[in-house]
Amino acid sequence: MSVASARQRATTVPVLGDGPANDDGPRTRSLLRFITCGSVDDGKSTLIGRILYETGAVFEDQLGTLKRDSRKFGTQGDKIDFALLVDGLTAEREQGITIDVAYRYFSTPQRAFIVADTPGHEQYTRNMATGASTADLAVILVDARLGLLKQTLRHSFIVSLVGVRHVVVAINKMDLVGYDEAVFERICADYRAATAALGFAQITFIPVSARDGDNVTTRSAAMRWYRGEPLLAHLETVSWENPEQDHQGAVLPVQWVNRPDSGFRGYSGNLAQGQLKPGDAVAILPSGRTSHIARILAPAGEVGNASAGQALTVTLTNEIDISRGDVIVDAARRPPVQQSLEARLLWTSEVPLAQGQRYALKLASAHAHATVSTLHFSIDVASLAPVSAATLAMNDIGKVTIALDRPIAVLPFAASTQLGGFILVDMISHETVAFGFVEAATAAPSAVASPGRTGRLAAFRSALQHFVGPAGSLARTKTAGTIAGHGITGAVLGVCVYGATESLGTALLVAAVDWVFRPLILSAASILAQRIWLRRDHRNRLASENVLGDGI
Amino acid sequence: MIALSHLQKLEAEAIFILREVVATCANPVLLYSIGKDSAVLLHLAMKAFSPGKPPFPLLHVDTTWKFREMIALRDETAAWLGLDLIVHINHDGVKAGINPIASGSRIHTDVMKTQGLKQALDAHGFDAAFGGARRDEEKTRAKERVFSLRSADHRWDPKNQRPEPWSLFNTAKKAGESFRVFPLSNWTEADVWDYIALERIPVVPLYFAAPRPVVRRGDAWIMRDDDRLPLQPGEVVETRMVRFRTLGCYPLTGAIESDATTLTDIIAEMRASQSSERQGRVIDHDGSGSMEQKKQEGYF
Repeated sequence: MSVASARQRATTVPVLGDGPANDDGPRTRSLLRFITCGSVDDGKSTLIGRILYETGAVFEDQLGTLKRDSRKFGTQGDKIDFALLVDGLTAEREQGITIDVAYRYFSTPQRAFIVADTPGHEQYTRNMATGASTADLAVILVDARLGLLKQTLRHSFIVSLVGVRHVVVAINKMDLVGYDEAVFERICADYRAATAALGFAQITFIPVSARDGDNVTTRSAAMRWYRGEPLLAHLETVSWENPEQDHQGAVLPVQWVNRPDSGFRGYSGNLAQGQLKPGDAVAILPSGRTSHIARILAPAGEVGNASAGQALTVTLTNEIDISRGDVIVDAARRPPVQQSLEARLLWTSEVPLAQGQRYALKLASAHAHATVSTLHFSIDVASLAPVSAATLAMNDIGKVTIALDRPIAVLPFAASTQLGGFILVDMISHETVAFGFVEAATAAPSAVASPGRTGRLAAFRSALQHFVGPAGSLARTKTAGTIAGHGITGAVLGVCVYGATESLGTALLVAAVDWVFRPLILSAASILAQRIWLRRDHRNRLASENVLGDGI
Repeated sequence: MIALSHLQKLEAEAIFILREVVATCANPVLLYSIGKDSAVLLHLAMKAFSPGKPPFPLLHVDTTWKFREMIALRDETAAWLGLDLIVHINHDGVKAGINPIASGSRIHTDVMKTQGLKQALDAHGFDAAFGGARRDEEKTRAKERVFSLRSADHRWDPKNQRPEPWSLFNTAKKAGESFRVFPLSNWTEADVWDYIALERIPVVPLYFAAPRPVVRRGDAWIMRDDDRLPLQPGEVVETRMVRFRTLGCYPLTGAIESDATTLTDIIAEMRASQSSERQGRVIDHDGSGSMEQKKQEGYF
């Protein structure tokens, strides 16, 4: 089949609906994703249930079930227990707590909302972090009677860690403190002081009573001293888009290679940031090869311009070997390619971190084998201070150095969620053991420097670091022993040479050369052997991925 | 920079999920149940892999009690799009005489749908199955992951679900394990209809009001789609203007009285409605936790 006819066939595959391009919806509303979090019994589920009810997202038949369940499991006496609207699992209803994230949907004429109701119990922190990771804004509940609790601060920290920059602090149960303004003001001041270091762009405080609906959807008559908007009105009008993202270079992680026939070879993925148009000069990372964008297919068909968030398939002007895990980027603004990462980890597994163990890392569409070579410290969530740690247990947050078996394109998490957020997966149990957040790179890369070279330098450094081992570790002790052993063998060789030549100078020279070069040659050979093994292992693994990536 | 609308964001997310499965699973399949959600899912799949075709077949688990108009649209759609369609019927169930009238909704759904689905997935060795379920449908579904891991015997463990931060789906699985994948997780019923209207996606005519033969059973109008539905004493078949908000097996799906004959009417009616779409589904009402139990047993 000729290229032309293949392309024609390719473009005439029918779509189920014969609809127009969906650039202009009937009602173009924006979408706000937010989470509610806070300590146990702060009334998160009650608040969500109340909003769902008052925005008409609860139907009559569901209300019937709710009234029945309120009598059976409820904690509000004869009143409707709105928490039962969201606590969907039997175990949750029986225990009266939220275990897992529940996603709920409602809309007003202004906006569509997706809300993640997240658990308050510390043991379910990973579920809370999951809900927060996709949120644009967090509503943090505080019980007015209790003020800030450890869990309030922990959640605020995790919310900031996963990249949420807009926070609403809903001070709940105001009815139980006599709607006292002084209580409200004190909690506001405490919260501002406690979270000053977290870098939130905006914090809004609202006094509410979720149970009675004060300041939830309507202004409270009991708290006339509060001059701000009720919670729902704030959520309808708040703006959260990060204006800095307009100026970022295009980043398209290649998710899948679309090759329906010999005439078409496209690279599919969602544009993580920036914009793309046909003719743009692009680089492929990690290889660093360059090309230009030929065509862009968006959901609505072929387009002349694509912006961040869109699901695309692009073709390039020349044939380059690209597979899943590669990243197509603006050639002038390339993210660094690294084989060693400085990162924060939020540990999500009951099995603690094992330094030196290999984990599977997934960052955007890239997969690599990762080893935590150094655990620098863990972070105390109440004081935000670093504390020394031997390992990370479930819900711990720590700063680590990670060595990878192959170079990948990354950006600091603060600059890019997509190229800075990753997960670690246990290779045997397949459990997701950690969420990771890339921090500013150690090997400062320049936009124009050859990424290959930076990659190699970082690779050598990380391999050396891996070989020497972290302070106090068995590997470090072994290294020290080996160096001492080399000293002894060097000295023995020197003595032998002196015995044979009776020349002190020659003996010292031979001993010194042996002492310096032997470990170097041995280390280099060991690192080389390791690199060859990893590359071979990597190639075997990639081969199987390519088969899938090409859509067979 | 053009900010994406709410529907464009949902569309991009669903396409991402569809591609992620094809890139990481060996043998995916799309569970095509012919309803409006399946129609949207299939439409998105056509877009995700354009200019090629979706690299997976469609699977319909036929309980033999679907509306005739559904079966007609199913066959027409598969032929028109040129996609492989696998129709699976649990013949053991048919031989045992299972049907929604004599056996009851619970046994019929378990044998013909849940067991039938497991048979089909096992027979073809599918390791990932797309479904059109949405989190807004039902409380248990609100807690389900996008990539929902099932054990070798298809069981769901709601207390041990993998976290899904950002859009990083952990797609690792052991031999025999499989995923149920829900690209429409974050869509609502309103989003589905808005998208159908926007993209002009064909749906089963039963969603639109028309004069149809129905009988009153409890609170629901049951359509007499063929003469397998025996009339109970005192029941009379009437012709009424009715339509369906949700489509399942015809004796188990209640119609609503309606004059909504166009998409615009349907959307307007839905916005004004005071009851949820699954109200017409008999199987959901077997007890408050019943969907959770069915899902643990392997129901979609």
